Amino acid sequence: MTVIKKLVTLLRGSAREIGESVVDSNATRIYEQEIIDAKHSIEKAKGDLTGVMAKEMQSAREIERLKNEIARYEGLAVEALNKTQEGLALDVAAKVGTIEQELEEQAKAHASYALQVSKLKELIKSAEARIREHEREIGIAKTTESVYRATQSISENIGSGGSRLANARESLERIRARHEDLADRMTASQALENELGHQALEKKLAAAGIGSDADRTGKVMERIRARQANPGGPASE
Amino acid sequence: MQSLLDQLRGLDALAGAAMGGLPVQLQPIPGSTPVVQVSIEGRDELPIFITSSDMQIICICYLWTEDEVKPERRTELLESLLDLNPSVPLSSFGRVDGRYVLTGALGRNASVEDVAREVAVLSDNALDALDALSEFLN
Repeated sequence: MTVIKKLVTLLRGSAREIGESVVDSNATRIYEQEIIDAKHSIEKAKGDLTGVMAKEMQSAREIERLKNEIARYEGLAVEALNKTQEGLALDVAAKVGTIEQELEEQAKAHASYALQVSKLKELIKSAEARIREHEREIGIAKTTESVYRATQSISENIGSGGSRLANARESLERIRARHEDLADRMTASQALENELGHQALEKKLAAAGIGSDADRTGKVMERIRARQANPGGPASE
Repeated sequence: MQSLLDQLRGLDALAGAAMGGLPVQLQPIPGSTPVVQVSIEGRDELPIFITSSDMQIICICYLWTEDEVKPERRTELLESLLDLNPSVPLSSFGRVDGRYVLTGALGRNASVEDVAREVAVLSDNALDALDALSEFLN
């Protein structure tokens, strides 16, 4: 059974036992052992593969050499015939026959090496697929276990602390309220900063004798003196 | 294999920085499997829990429980979650033992910087999801 199918079945049942039983520890150990075995067989197959591929190349070279030999001896046989040396030509033909036999054997060996190479490559591929599959299964099983166990620890821990994981809506409202409070406070402090900043500037301007607030007393005195110097002036009428 | 807590050393500062300087606290949770709680200031109700198996580091944010779902809108909620799932960057919706979760997974040898990024994204996504889907909850 695939691990996800198993999970679906388990999840329909009691969730509380999932932490322990997604894939029982025995099965996990078997998977882990299978991964180790598969890795070993890949290593061995790779070693074998190198050897067989070397032999395959050697036999290919040998085949090439034998073919050249045959061509060479056949050439010689033709020359012998041209010189009407029938007997010699027959000897050469016999030699070619022997080489041909050798060539056939080499060709058979070469074919069997090629077959071994493709078998070993298949074996490596399937072992790698097996590893990938087991690692995925173990990954799913262990992750499920971790998540359920963690949830149990968290529930127990929060439960024993007298509180519980808070109601989501209330939590959201508290977080929102806190954010709004923070935002309000930032707005207020900004406003205060602006105001104080403004007042400070006005004071500096006044001190420098600039603006409408500058030397207000002085200006009033000036007006009074002007009135005193000119009592019948327009100001008194 | 180094312990989860060792692997997460410095996560508080890195995750805090990733979230624009929010203070972040780490706390191991006792139990049969390694769990570290990540609390983000201002989001205390939505902590992220980090656990690990031989192959993965899993970050989990618990959203709501089955009994908080409005029964008459449950199918609609489930369909929304399925539809949303491919779109939510790095995080997946799920359910563990009756609790709806948002999870993100990393390789077992992920760097603490990667975990910090994951935590930041997961926290933002969780808050966003809760905000968007709260209409389905009691």
